[in-house]
Amino acid sequence: MAGVGLLNFGFEFLEIFAFIVLATVGLAVIFGMMGIINLAHGEFILVGAYATTFAFAAGLPLPLAMLTGVVLTAVFGLVLERLIIRHLYGRLLDSMVVTWGISLVMIQLVRIAFGNAAPGIGIPFGELPVVDGPAYYLVLGVLAVGVLGGLYALFMWTDFGVRARATMQDAETARSMGIDTDRMYMSTFAIGSALAGFTGALYAPVMTITPQYGTGFLVEAFVAVVVGGSSVIVGTLLASGFLGSVNAVFTNVTESTFIGLVAMLLAAIVTIRLMPDGITGFLETVRQRWGENR
Amino acid sequence: MLELINLRASYGRTPILRDVDVTVDDGEIVGIMGKNGVGKTTLVKAVMGLLEADDGTITFDGEDVTDESADVRARRGIGYIPQGRDVFPELTVEENLRMGETINEASSDLQYEAVYDYFPILEERADQEAGTMSGGQQQMLAIGRALIGNPDLLLLDEPSEGVQPSIVQDLTRDLTQVNEELGTTILFVEQNLHVVQNLSERCYAIDKGTIVDELGSERLASRDAVTEYLAV
Repeated sequence: MAGVGLLNFGFEFLEIFAFIVLATVGLAVIFGMMGIINLAHGEFILVGAYATTFAFAAGLPLPLAMLTGVVLTAVFGLVLERLIIRHLYGRLLDSMVVTWGISLVMIQLVRIAFGNAAPGIGIPFGELPVVDGPAYYLVLGVLAVGVLGGLYALFMWTDFGVRARATMQDAETARSMGIDTDRMYMSTFAIGSALAGFTGALYAPVMTITPQYGTGFLVEAFVAVVVGGSSVIVGTLLASGFLGSVNAVFTNVTESTFIGLVAMLLAAIVTIRLMPDGITGFLETVRQRWGENR
Repeated sequence: MLELINLRASYGRTPILRDVDVTVDDGEIVGIMGKNGVGKTTLVKAVMGLLEADDGTITFDGEDVTDESADVRARRGIGYIPQGRDVFPELTVEENLRMGETINEASSDLQYEAVYDYFPILEERADQEAGTMSGGQQQMLAIGRALIGNPDLLLLDEPSEGVQPSIVQDLTRDLTQVNEELGTTILFVEQNLHVVQNLSERCYAIDKGTIVDELGSERLASRDAVTEYLAV
């Protein structure tokens, strides 16, 4: 019985970890690489979910419907970046107000266009044996880790990644090295948008799709970005692991998802109080002090 | 190679450069000297395209580049070393050097071998984060990064700033070698007497945003002729 309990706890952790990673990653890329706090992040996820569900309802197989969601969200992000966001680089507060406005407009537009609910998609892969829950959550866990690994490879090992990180650190010097920084910003925003769309697509089968769908991801996304700190990928991984563990432990012990969520938020408050620059900021300070003392 | 004609540039509403005329021929090392706040950095930024010209023209390799952005000018073959180095602190030395590969699209020769010959420490510390290096090492990295793409023209903004005197002598020697061995034309702005006298073949003096004198090699050898334009 203890073994089953442990498996259930592990499954619960994986489910929450995957949710936090996937909710956060698009926001973290856009904020971490470009300094834009995208308050319309939830609505980017919404675009991915609606595109997926309508593509599926139109007869596309689920993987293709999800791909449609990702591509449409990337295109949507690209258009928005060219029309609005690119005028807001370096203007943090302005970007927050504008993206909040975009969020409100999009929710109402979706409500007007599609009503209060979209057609549902059944959860694929069926139930797991032994553990209480659908096998699809295991897929989400694997994909969450895969997304982080893929992003790490993209930003650390490719020419694009080196140029993107250089642009983030000093856009003027990057320009003087021949880098088209405008194109770098555009591409990075499209990647962040595509990731949000991917999240919307992946959770379309497991969550009820309404115009408010995106707001269901925002708490975890913003909390994880702040707790993670300045390093986009490592920060997202560590924050998701830490917050997911706290949530899973308390949910499991109390058998209440509400208490699990409250415990996670309290843990986030304590972390930010003790580590104002987030977990990766704290680790960087420790690393620098270690280097100085050697 | 480079010609500035009646160049004017401002920061906001404050005019900084006024009718600047400068010519740099292929293969030359030309200096522009002046005290603090006379427009040296503004001039280099305007040549690089990081500051828009209000008026006048900038011609590079016979083409008018006045309205081109900095990245386009870099890809044409202008390498730039900013004041204070401005290496990418969180990128490794090797990643910083890779950033220079985009300079000078027309040249397919990447100069890793030459750069590592001039500055062996860059090869030794390839995996070190650039921000953790000393000022002199960061200056070597900034020069190496600008040279990687084999630029036709190298622009330097006060290469001696924040670098200890013994390293300044080495940098002066290295830059002269770069000019001789790679054929790179060099335009630099400076207020360090040693660099002005030992690096320049010809030098302009700038004051209050305008060129006030041009010194050939004979006058450059005279300390008095040079110090007149520097805060020495």
